[in-house]
Amino acid sequence: MLTNEAVAQDIIQQFGEAVSEFDDPFDLLTLTVSREKLIPLLQYLKDHKTFQISFLTDLTGVHFPDSPGREFCVVYHAHSLINNYRIRLKVFLAENDIHVPTATILYESANWMERETFDFFGILFDGHPKLQRILNMEEMDYFPMRKQYPLEDGTREDKIDALFGR
Amino acid sequence: MNMVTEDLSINAVGARNTPATPEGPIQYVNELTTLNLGPTHPATHGIFQNILQMDGEKIVSGEQTIGYIHRAFEKISERRPFYQIKALTDRMNYCSSPINNFGWDMTMEKLLGVEVPKRAQYIRVIMMELARISDHLICNGILGVDAGAFTGFLYLFQQREEIYEIYEEMCGARLTTNMGRVGGMERDLSPEAVRKIRKFIKTFPVVMREFEALFNRNRIFMDRVVDVGPISAERALNYGFTGPNLRAAGVDYDVRVMNPYSSYEDFEFDIPVGQSGDTYDRFMVRNEEIWQSLRIVEQALENLPEGPYYADAPEYYLPPKQEVYKNMEALIYHFKIVMGEIDAPVGEVYHAVEGGNGELGFYLISDGGRAPYRLHFRRPCFIYYQAFPEMCKGTTLSDAIVIMSSLNVIAGELDA
Repeated sequence: MLTNEAVAQDIIQQFGEAVSEFDDPFDLLTLTVSREKLIPLLQYLKDHKTFQISFLTDLTGVHFPDSPGREFCVVYHAHSLINNYRIRLKVFLAENDIHVPTATILYESANWMERETFDFFGILFDGHPKLQRILNMEEMDYFPMRKQYPLEDGTREDKIDALFGR
Repeated sequence: MNMVTEDLSINAVGARNTPATPEGPIQYVNELTTLNLGPTHPATHGIFQNILQMDGEKIVSGEQTIGYIHRAFEKISERRPFYQIKALTDRMNYCSSPINNFGWDMTMEKLLGVEVPKRAQYIRVIMMELARISDHLICNGILGVDAGAFTGFLYLFQQREEIYEIYEEMCGARLTTNMGRVGGMERDLSPEAVRKIRKFIKTFPVVMREFEALFNRNRIFMDRVVDVGPISAERALNYGFTGPNLRAAGVDYDVRVMNPYSSYEDFEFDIPVGQSGDTYDRFMVRNEEIWQSLRIVEQALENLPEGPYYADAPEYYLPPKQEVYKNMEALIYHFKIVMGEIDAPVGEVYHAVEGGNGELGFYLISDGGRAPYRLHFRRPCFIYYQAFPEMCKGTTLSDAIVIMSSLNVIAGELDA
């Protein structure tokens, strides 16, 4: 059985400065990794003799318009089927430099998930074999999941932010 | 007239024949044919397109276009009260909506820290396993249809009808069930529902055995599916396969066993695995899973605990209607829940359930508001359908149809 502390210690030892913000909400180890060390870390977890975290469960993006310098976040969920251990990696990106290396070199499954993330957030995955829109139409010129696009008609007053606790 | 017959003969013998014409021998170039399989092809069973490059009968390469029924569920859910999101999850894998419904409920319960009573968990297990049976019935029945055998499909569809009647008894709906509530079930298992489930347990095995007798060792069927579209365990994992398709490749990964939820650890059942990951293995794994699901339903119904069917969480669980009329607190909570004025705690949660097609994940970020800050659905179809061109490369068009059918791609789940 892998424990969160053991995995976290090992990762800190290997990657030092590049990893930070360790947390374990609902017992799922969550950490932030720098953009440069993302692929080495995924590779390291995949090739590690005991961890064997070699299944990419999920990849998605989040937009935080209110945190300058780290407006966008790409979230990776990886899973070790042998140890039954899950881990969550996050990469934060600035709005003016919205590039992140592709994970398709390690996982084929990342292909469409990265396209989907590009489609909805405009996050550019460097080295992706075919970075095109996947669910929305090609002609679309905006990224709909960004927070600046309100869902409702702006003139409606029954759906203002205050009613949603924000 | 003469010209036409000449043309036909050229087509019939193929490109290698070079008959002379008055202008000299015809020059044939090795040309590929582009074939659009979909978006509204009857064999795709949903709206998505495959652009296949064909060399004669052989598929050289394929490319998928998806998104035809994208409904922006993730965006919509950022502006909906939590309890209204469940109606969206129905419409993802609509062949097994209760699994999606309860998956979402469990995600919310994990975030809110609500403990669901055993009875509700068992009722959920019964409904989820019935949903899995109906999901697999459709997939295997349709696989038969695509391979040219209509009979089995009709037998199984009658059984799906029985399952839908049980849903109807539980929640009033058949396809998009919207079943359950955060904190438990919206109503208890009624005697009529129990009677229907018992009847199903009794009559279904007869039909299922007949279906298996029609297909499992049928020479014509086996010729169509054995060694068609195989995928190795390694490639399947790399492509993010989960569920029956991964198990057919020989990996015994099942979320119900690995990360038990809703009391799955109380039940005894086996995980069927295949060997070569071909279409036949996928078919057989689904068949066996149907039997295992039936076993779980039997056990759950047999050992159904007594007690409440919803958690004591008045802030999140809609109070009984009679209470609302005479009890002040119940009225307040009713109002707050219906108007979507319940603030969820701040948190980040990933919860996975074993859906009909594999690991169905819900990644929820709550900022303390009344709607999710971000909600992402991990849809198993969307991830494993990427492998389709690789699986059908070098096969014929008719093989590609059965491969697609055995993958059980559900358009609603594919596009969310």
